[in-house]
Amino acid sequence: MNVGANGWLLARILRSPIDAAALDAAGWTALIAIARAEQMIGTLAWRLHGTAMPPAVARILADARASADHGRTLALWEAEAARRALAPLGVPVVLLKGTAFVAAGLMAGQGRSIGDLDILVPRESLDAVERALLANGWEWVKPDAYDDAYYRRWMHELPPLIHRDRDRMIDVHHTILPLTARITPDAEGLLAAAVPLRDGLAMLSRTDVIVHAAAHLFADGDLAGGMRNLWDVHCLIEEFGVGGLVERAEHHGLGDAVGRALRLAAALYGDGATLSPGDRACLRRVTARDGWGRATRPWTRLGFYVRSHWLRMPPAMLARHLWTKWRKQAVA
Amino acid sequence: MKHVFSVRIGPVGFRVGSDWREPIRQLAALYAGYPQPEDGVPDFTVRLFAQRPWRRVIRPAVMIGGDFMIPDAAPLPLAQGLLAAEMAMNLQMALGQRRYLLLHASAVERDGRVLLMTGESGSGKSTLAALLSQRGWRLMGDEFALIDPITGLAHAFPRLVSLKNAAIAVAEAAMPQARFGPLLKGTPKGAIRHLVPDAAAVAAMDTPGKPALLLFPRFGFTPDIRDVAPGEVFMRLTQASTNYVAMGERGFDALTRLVLGIPAQAIDYPDTGHALAQVEALWNAL
Repeated sequence: MNVGANGWLLARILRSPIDAAALDAAGWTALIAIARAEQMIGTLAWRLHGTAMPPAVARILADARASADHGRTLALWEAEAARRALAPLGVPVVLLKGTAFVAAGLMAGQGRSIGDLDILVPRESLDAVERALLANGWEWVKPDAYDDAYYRRWMHELPPLIHRDRDRMIDVHHTILPLTARITPDAEGLLAAAVPLRDGLAMLSRTDVIVHAAAHLFADGDLAGGMRNLWDVHCLIEEFGVGGLVERAEHHGLGDAVGRALRLAAALYGDGATLSPGDRACLRRVTARDGWGRATRPWTRLGFYVRSHWLRMPPAMLARHLWTKWRKQAVA
Repeated sequence: MKHVFSVRIGPVGFRVGSDWREPIRQLAALYAGYPQPEDGVPDFTVRLFAQRPWRRVIRPAVMIGGDFMIPDAAPLPLAQGLLAAEMAMNLQMALGQRRYLLLHASAVERDGRVLLMTGESGSGKSTLAALLSQRGWRLMGDEFALIDPITGLAHAFPRLVSLKNAAIAVAEAAMPQARFGPLLKGTPKGAIRHLVPDAAAVAAMDTPGKPALLLFPRFGFTPDIRDVAPGEVFMRLTQASTNYVAMGERGFDALTRLVLGIPAQAIDYPDTGHALAQVEALWNAL
């Protein structure tokens, strides 16, 4: 197979599992290392389930499926714990990202690794939600005055909380981009259009869920975890289609981000797309991984890291932020 | 990576990549006679690397990484590269193994039945396993016992036996013909020397055994033997397992079955001679 050992190898096999038949031992070894590094081994395992492979690979992927199933159970239990804590408030609780995908039984959730529980609540309910979580065993992760104040004033979420018994984090969002970003999505619209799941939980609408994935990737982050997030986008489009998506993205001011997400997802996992130079740079960053699972292309990575901060806040504020962070680090 | 070594230890295949030749050369020498990973595809990848390019040569320090990593692992000097490799392999098992319930225990086998010994570092479980392997027992491993959740059998994981501090001289005296790795002084755990499992242990490593007895040895006390109740055994083994929680229901079922299926005793001993006699007596009384 004419693919070097980088993120493209994983993308190629996810797009076309039948191509795995051409892998030799070194190819399988690289594929597994890359999939683990991208936290996509469970996704790969489900995608290749039932296809021919060497017995040693079959065992590794069977373990990965069992592990992902257990992760799914934990994620749903964590959502249930949050639901119980917040039910008395009577506020809408919208599941985001991986937990929403598995709760709704979506293809994007199959085998997906899920870390924190991410929820969206109305901004005016934040204080009540915070009190309810603290009263039910969640605690602050970062007891740092600057970070705490920064989160509360400028971020789209509360400082992360962790449950003292279950050791699981919860991120409570009130919108999907930092308040300092130049784009302001319609947070009330996200809540108003949310789709009920069961037991009082909900998830974003079929268009908003794709808008959120794109916002997270391009308008906020440095493309870390990009392979997985673009797989989410690919699966969501497969299942939900793109009807009304462009209009909805424009409504949130995220038309560019969604357009790019669709092109990159198509390039990696779909039928390809016409790419701009910016798209190609993103793909270079997203696939920067070698057959040992190591991060490669450090300058590309650094460029996107700088860009993510540039997008997140105005220049003067960025300078002040980095200065404060640097001084704290120097003191420590 | 520049230097590569692959090996299969029991049912688990590893690939170790290194920025330096020396750790790979040592691994290849000590694991000579071990097979390659099945189908050429290892279960886990391990990386030994320099944090910055110049640290390959200037005050070289070995960072450990791989498929599964802990964020704040401290580097080791290159002279302890072998230890870094062993730690990194153990780390993959501890964090990434999902096929078997892992017990932090040594294991030896006789007549198809397995004796498990678990305890904290310094309890003597590695030393006792090494000494028993000289007395008609087959060494299955000194670090992890692998319990298959489906069959309940214990699988061998005979990696290099890690002898620490005073145990080094004891083993050297008892096994003059055995092969040892270099003496590593000043490691985070004191002096360490690796013992190569004997040929019989490697030849039989694909043969699992049925757990028959669990012991909690404790070195440095007057001789004593006590029964340990199943509830306490269960709690102690959850703490001695690195993947009990991650295994979920399968882990709970496997551990319950093990605890209810075999007797457990705590043995206190002042020296290895007492311990070996206690072990033989308990085993013969089964």
